[in-house]
Amino acid sequence: MKNTFIAALLALGATGIHAADPIAFQAEQIFRSSFRADNPRYWMTRLDQDEAMRLCSQYKDNPPAKVRALIEKTQQATIRYPVEGKLIGDWKEGEKLAAVGTGGHIGFIQPDPPGRVRGGNCYACHQLAKKEVAYGTIGPSLQHFGKLRGNSDEIVKYTYDKIYNSNAFTACTNMPRFGLHNWLTPEQITHIVAFLVDPESPVNKD
Amino acid sequence: MQPNLRTALATAALALAGPAFGQGSTMDEIARYREMLADGNPAELLEAKGEELWKKPRGPKNASLEQCDMGLGPGKLDGAYAQLPRYFADTKKVMDAESRLVHCMVSLQGFTEAEATKRWFSKPGQDSDIEALVTYIGGKSNGAKINVPARHPEEARMAKVGEYIFYRRSGPQDFSCAICHGQEGKRIRLQELGNLTTQAGAGTAMSTWPSYRVSQGAVWTMQRRLIDCMRQARWPEPKYLADSVIALEVFLQKTASGTVMQTPGIKR
Ligand code: HEC
Ligand code: HEC
Repeated sequence: MKNTFIAALLALGATGIHAADPIAFQAEQIFRSSFRADNPRYWMTRLDQDEAMRLCSQYKDNPPAKVRALIEKTQQATIRYPVEGKLIGDWKEGEKLAAVGTGGHIGFIQPDPPGRVRGGNCYACHQLAKKEVAYGTIGPSLQHFGKLRGNSDEIVKYTYDKIYNSNAFTACTNMPRFGLHNWLTPEQITHIVAFLVDPESPVNKD
Repeated sequence: MQPNLRTALATAALALAGPAFGQGSTMDEIARYREMLADGNPAELLEAKGEELWKKPRGPKNASLEQCDMGLGPGKLDGAYAQLPRYFADTKKVMDAESRLVHCMVSLQGFTEAEATKRWFSKPGQDSDIEALVTYIGGKSNGAKINVPARHPEEARMAKVGEYIFYRRSGPQDFSCAICHGQEGKRIRLQELGNLTTQAGAGTAMSTWPSYRVSQGAVWTMQRRLIDCMRQARWPEPKYLADSVIALEVFLQKTASGTVMQTPGIKR
């Protein structure tokens, strides 16, 4: 899988960025040596890039069509489903997860305390339930998502897949890949899917 | 601080800390604090303290900072901050206001770098000399135009390195600076995010630092701002005065060049 990806990239002339671009090579060194020496090693792995991150950075999030298609295809292949196969969970759980913006902050100044709940932080970027007015606009409004699109198997699968790996549909989107990074578990994603598509969810009421 | 100002600030901080403060935009809220604070930005107190620290003989060499060269010659502070970061021939490095200040504390006053940077930011009940000094140095550029053309090859290189880092995505949320600051008119929750890739956006942002942050009850320097943004990106913690932060500052100041400084600022 990985090898085919790299072979395809080589065919596109899309790798070799460091050899071709001396600034990128220096910038990588400067960036990586800029962190405190007492950051534990497992924190430092957060600076590693997979191929998608590397390509998105290289093209400033606007890759040419061929690279875009390649990223979307390889990201699609990463999607994993919950064991029981049910993609719609409990919208009430999803509602909580959509609101939680904590979790995952590291460092020495203001890290999240150990065990801090981690959520999808969807409101950082999206409008969802009408009653929550403190929503961001980095992503489109998802108010009435289910009301507008229904809850067919196809829509449900798309919604699950989108949250699991946003880049499967839009290479280099600003939306995180929640499932790929194990930020949310497949079960948690099914709850958020329910929050978006369940007719009883506040996203689709009022 | 006048007592009425203190109350106004506490109210402002409370209003901001609430889960949602109505439909009004953050900018309206900030305009309101500006009015409330018309008789004084709390950062001005820090500016005065910074001036005192600048002029006072201190450190093992019992020297003041008055001979410090912030880029325009020893002791020349007017407009210096607006032209930083820049290349310094004596250290052969591109330095920002903070790294240059620390350099002077070491070379002129005899502090070790560790002593000079031990409290590079304040905590409740624990003041930071660096914060005060940088607020003072920044204030000396109030009204000056940001001017970082990055013509020296080392500056040009750092601007490119900064641009590279700005778009570099990594971490468990796939974040880069650009995902939060690369588009017009976006906000995260209710916080408005400028487009730092345009002169207007970078100008609005960069011209108002160092800034008093109402939500933090403290002045933040640009290093503090960028190190916290890296925390928000869920990355590990950079070293204070790290080259990557200075490179980002060169990139941002170059983009912002031409904008008139209005510092110290006041922010959410
Ligand atoms: C940091 C920003 C960000 C966060 C956090 C985020 N998104 Fe998104 N989202 C976006 C952007 C930008 C788009 C539009 C581009 C795209 O389709 O990827 C988007 C698109 C979507 C779409 C596709 C909309 C359509 O019209 O088909 C869905 C569904 C979605 N997001 C759901 C979520 C959910 C659920 C969460 C939380 C678990 C979430 N997003 C968190 C930025 C974000
Ligand atoms: C996850 C979101 C996020 C990321 C990633 C992020 N920032 Fe920020 N940034 C913010 C927020 C939120 C603010 C503060 C806005 C406020 O207080 O109203 C901010 C403020 C700033 C400011 C001050 C803007 C002003 O108008 O005063 C600068 C400069 C800045 N960020 C640069 C960066 C750089 C450079 C990076 C990458 C190293 C970065 N940010 C990454 C969210 C982010």
